[in-house]
Amino acid sequence: MSENLVDTSTIRGWGADANSDNDPTFPIRHREAQETRGLTWTRPTQQDADVEILQSVEHNRRPAVIGTSTPPSGISGMIRRYAFRRSESDWLHWLLLMGADRLNVVEGVIDDLGKGHVPNIPAEMGARAEWKHNKKGLVTKAAVLAGLTTATILVFRARRSKDEAKPGDADMLALSPPETFS
Amino acid sequence: MLAMNYRGPYRVRVDEKPMPAILHPEDAIVRVTRSCICGSDLHLYHGMVPDTRVGTTFGHEFCGVVEQVGPEVRNLKPGDHVLVPFNIACGKCEFCQQGLFGNCHESNAQATAVGGIFGYSHTAGGYDGGQAQYVRVPYADVGPMVIPDWMDPDDAVLLTDVVPTGYQAAEMGGIRPGDTVVVFGAGPVGLMAARSAWLFGAGRVIVIDHIEYRLDFARTYCPAEVYNFREIDDIVVFLKKQTDSLGADVCIDAVGGDAAGNALQTLIGTKLKLEAGNAIALHWAINSVKKGGVVSIVGVYGPTGNIVPIGNVVNKGITLRANQASVKRLLPRLVEHIREGRIDPKAMITHRVPLADIADAYHLFSAKLDGCIKPVLLPNGA
Ligand SMILES: [Zn+2]
Ligand SMILES: [Zn+2]
Repeated sequence: MSENLVDTSTIRGWGADANSDNDPTFPIRHREAQETRGLTWTRPTQQDADVEILQSVEHNRRPAVIGTSTPPSGISGMIRRYAFRRSESDWLHWLLLMGADRLNVVEGVIDDLGKGHVPNIPAEMGARAEWKHNKKGLVTKAAVLAGLTTATILVFRARRSKDEAKPGDADMLALSPPETFS
Repeated sequence: MLAMNYRGPYRVRVDEKPMPAILHPEDAIVRVTRSCICGSDLHLYHGMVPDTRVGTTFGHEFCGVVEQVGPEVRNLKPGDHVLVPFNIACGKCEFCQQGLFGNCHESNAQATAVGGIFGYSHTAGGYDGGQAQYVRVPYADVGPMVIPDWMDPDDAVLLTDVVPTGYQAAEMGGIRPGDTVVVFGAGPVGLMAARSAWLFGAGRVIVIDHIEYRLDFARTYCPAEVYNFREIDDIVVFLKKQTDSLGADVCIDAVGGDAAGNALQTLIGTKLKLEAGNAIALHWAINSVKKGGVVSIVGVYGPTGNIVPIGNVVNKGITLRANQASVKRLLPRLVEHIREGRIDPKAMITHRVPLADIADAYHLFSAKLDGCIKPVLLPNGA
């Protein structure tokens, strides 16, 4: 096919609407400043990475500067690597990453314990602020939690006496922490 | 150095971390003097943004003193007190050249849809943020601006995100003199959008939220008509009635994925996380704007899909505009507005918190306790 289908110079009024001042997308698409087309700019110096960087499959080359915080690790890292085989338009890419994030929380607790640090989860959740500014809410949540725990134990006791289930399971349930404070 | 450390949804603490280093010739290391917690940090804090890895440091709103610069940095020198826009932008790529500093192509390996952002998950590049004593600032010649002598650093730190984001929300609305503008969300960005709407010539500014103390603040600060959607049967019908059944000229979504107010959206977007957050504020914006009107979106949503009434966008001929703010493009104008007293960002700061108390600050802000509008951290003391 020829490059120009028609000679636009023969069309009366052609280009009359090309005034970029009338462009409703300004400045989101700033045509005057758009002198380049495609990947033609003078690139900044490329940063080297000494950690693993997962890269979107939509990039044809690594951006010049990269973040090096917390490289992928553990099982969550394996899921992340797999997720990055899929494009940003693939829902599964994001769902896998969200799943990896949840698993990563458990890995974080294991990591803390491995370093001999028992995380103070109520403090990490801002329990002090809750106590100071929402005492009633905190007490209510604690009461609801205690109530639920008691109810669970009672249900399990009742069922255990009926089924003669193994001991221990009710205690485990009673120990499970609240998911959130809010 | 001490830095915020994300441990999982609703869990953060302060830990000793290695000092950041110059990793690229255009890097600078900045000693943080002020650092905010942003409403959009709450999306991370609530576990809604994919690839938010345990162990990272948040914080995309900060200012500080330059400690060290890489060999290719020309515009900054150690000792300069700078404010650092939240966008990490190279200044050279196709998008930076157009002033789209929020959409840089040379700063985020993990995604192409969004540029690099300090401390905002690996989806925004995997950079550690400024809720720390020190932070690495890439492309130091492009983003940072030396804080003018006359400017209060409390104003400066809000110029890194909430002021330009709110201002750009109003700008993208294409407001014409006399327009009715509805802003959904009375957080700092919504407040700044409402206040900026007057600068663009709005004739009427309405702010919608569900937290009374934020609405009270909006009433005097913006100043705006305010309504609590919890007290109104159907906010869309209400807004139509307010505008002679036509709808508002411009609606601004300054809420994003952490919205309240709809059980189905909360279940799917917030609890199950099957969509990119609860999109009810966007629903309301699309349905309350008039035919041919503009919906401007600056609320943060994740990268996955959202249940949004796109049919109404088509049928009503709505223009949708949205972006991360291009902070650097807007700074000169906003500095002028602050100098002339037309906007007063620091009035939004309600809490000043040492870095050590970060877990409490996050909870306070997230649970909307103690009248919190905007908390500022002081990582290296006052
Ligand atoms: Zn922010
Ligand atoms: Zn760029």
